[in-house]
Amino acid sequence: MEARTATGDDLHGRVPAWVLGVVPLLLIVAAVGVFAAVGGPGLGERRGPPVEELAVERTVLEPGVIELTVRNDGPDPVRVAQAQVNDAYAQFTGADAPIGRLESATVRIRRPWVEGEAYEVVLLTSSGGTIAHEIPVAVATPEADASFFGLLAMLGIYVGVIPVALGMLWLPWVRRVPPAGLRMLMALTVGLLAFLGIDATLEGFELAGEGSQAFGGAALVLVGAAVSFLLLSGVSEWLSARRTGAPAGTLALLVATGIGLHNLGEGVAIGSAYAVGALALGAFLVVGFAIHNTTEGLAIVAPFARGSPSLGRLAALGLIAGAPAVLGAWIGAAAFNASLAAFLFGFGAGAIAQVVVQLAPSLRDDGGRLWHPAAVAGVLVGMAVMFATGLLVSV
Amino acid sequence: MADLTRRKVLAGGLPLLGAGAAALHGAVPHRHPWEDEARAAEPHAGHGGHAAFRDGRTVDHAANGFHPHEILRDFDWGASRRLASGRVLREWEIVAVDKEIEVAPGVRFAAWTFNGRIPGPTLRAREGDRMRVTLVNASSHPHTMHFHGIHPADMDGVPGLGAGEIPPGGRTVYEFDAAPAGLHLYHCHVRPLAEHIAKGLHGAFIVDPRDGREDADELVMVMNGFDTNFDRANEVYAANTIGFAYMDPPIAVARDELVRIYLVNVLEYDLVNSFHLHGNLFQYFPTGTGAQPAEFTDTVMLCQGQRGILEWRFPTAGRFMFHAHQSEFTELGWQGFFEVS
Repeated sequence: MEARTATGDDLHGRVPAWVLGVVPLLLIVAAVGVFAAVGGPGLGERRGPPVEELAVERTVLEPGVIELTVRNDGPDPVRVAQAQVNDAYAQFTGADAPIGRLESATVRIRRPWVEGEAYEVVLLTSSGGTIAHEIPVAVATPEADASFFGLLAMLGIYVGVIPVALGMLWLPWVRRVPPAGLRMLMALTVGLLAFLGIDATLEGFELAGEGSQAFGGAALVLVGAAVSFLLLSGVSEWLSARRTGAPAGTLALLVATGIGLHNLGEGVAIGSAYAVGALALGAFLVVGFAIHNTTEGLAIVAPFARGSPSLGRLAALGLIAGAPAVLGAWIGAAAFNASLAAFLFGFGAGAIAQVVVQLAPSLRDDGGRLWHPAAVAGVLVGMAVMFATGLLVSV
Repeated sequence: MADLTRRKVLAGGLPLLGAGAAALHGAVPHRHPWEDEARAAEPHAGHGGHAAFRDGRTVDHAANGFHPHEILRDFDWGASRRLASGRVLREWEIVAVDKEIEVAPGVRFAAWTFNGRIPGPTLRAREGDRMRVTLVNASSHPHTMHFHGIHPADMDGVPGLGAGEIPPGGRTVYEFDAAPAGLHLYHCHVRPLAEHIAKGLHGAFIVDPRDGREDADELVMVMNGFDTNFDRANEVYAANTIGFAYMDPPIAVARDELVRIYLVNVLEYDLVNSFHLHGNLFQYFPTGTGAQPAEFTDTVMLCQGQRGILEWRFPTAGRFMFHAHQSEFTELGWQGFFEVS
């Protein structure tokens, strides 16, 4: 017994640590290799016919043409044999070869379509299975040219940058609020953010359901949230280690970042909705977003109640919070992908959760209580405000 | 792949009139006027032209083992001999067999067939002939042959009567007199009924009147469809199984010659089916049992199991369309052309 222990220690002493770390990996690779080489002994082919699954990731409508980009999110290759539109066979190009697992293909179907009408596209596979895709309202997909991106940039500025900037104009008022009122204001901010976080998560789950399930589906939202939560936690620790004296600026930056990431997801939703014609670009929408997102500006400046930020810093914070809406709108309109959008929404939700964690201490009253009546009321009012203004802008 | 298919069709030695034309037609690069129209209409492509399978392709008829153009004029009179009584005895052996069929280009369907083809052979006899049909079940499911017409109860081909269900590997003989004169059909009558019929176990059964009918260019069309995704709705419709098969090439008929169509509807999952002729009207004899036409029309509607005889002459040369007048069926395969010359 002792002799064996001694030998073990000997071994540990002589062999570099990294080798010990690599050995199990090599064994796994070798085992997998042998298993594959002998054809998986004891395991037969999967029972039953091939499983054919295609997720439609993108629909483009041009005059006389319906174009679908599909991704195979099932286990077996899918061969598209025929295409039907509204119960009629239609000519199409693309997807000549079988679509392998996780591969995507684009089919261009020649079919005269009428604006505003509904279409059901059915792809008939080689085994006779059907993949149906509904186009609830046919609208020509806008061409992705400079004026299109310009329009979306303007849209992003309308719904992201301007409202946030307007909300930041509450700063002078915020600075005159007494401490008890300030705590309530912070609670209000937490309420606003909590609502945004819940909203982003739910929207993310909804999008994940539409996208290709092979990439994880709803898990993408949670992974996105975890990634942004951890990244922002790390950044905030790093910032507070560097400048111990200015927690207000750090907090404001974190709030702006969290809101910015949320607005990125919101921009994607707006851009994609506009691209498929599901969004009316009316004054109502812009006004709605202005009211909805103005409260975000308040959240950014709330930490500055006792600070004196420079104008440049405020502008930067406003851009961090609002400008991602422009980027999001471009992504959403030009390269919408439900899985990516779900991830981005999760990313935004995680960032917001992190900001809420950061803001929580500032809610404490003199006795150190977190959930004093003012805090509870503030959070609830914040959520109520977001709920009410959100009704104006359901995309 | 497409070329290989055509070569196979050529090598298969199918009847000159239909398949030879099909092969030549396919082998020579060509364009149809309607394709030009379609191209001219870009970007509103599709307004011109007809619905068709991708790139106008068709299925591998040789691999399927039957050709819709061949089935059109293929009448199976069986092996006949005269009995001592002076009557004619006709004998057939029909084999029920499971077979994968390409029901639309690139789409394979696990079908159940009589003699490896869909529809099964068109059995034909003269009124009063003795019929002896041996069913051999080489499929992996129990089947029967249920004939429409007049016959004894134990020859009805339904479970629980006479031989009842014929198990896999089993065989039975259905024997009865060919009656009445007219157009009938046969199909498997094992439960679940819809499945056994729709998977391909059906065919036409013609009893000629004692005195025969006027000479004509006779064609059989069994209207059917296939539910390839098992949602109890058909993905493809056709006369004689293969959608758009008579679009390219069309059915060649002669001007002024009497055309007679034996039309049978076995379509499952849809309540009705229909036949509509362009540029002409036809005399319609429901079930083919009467000497006088019931109607002079260009459209008839049939429920499942209904059938009738259509007769007309084309007075002018040219291309005349025919199709189901359910536009959905039309654009999902059930349409074709007559080429009159």
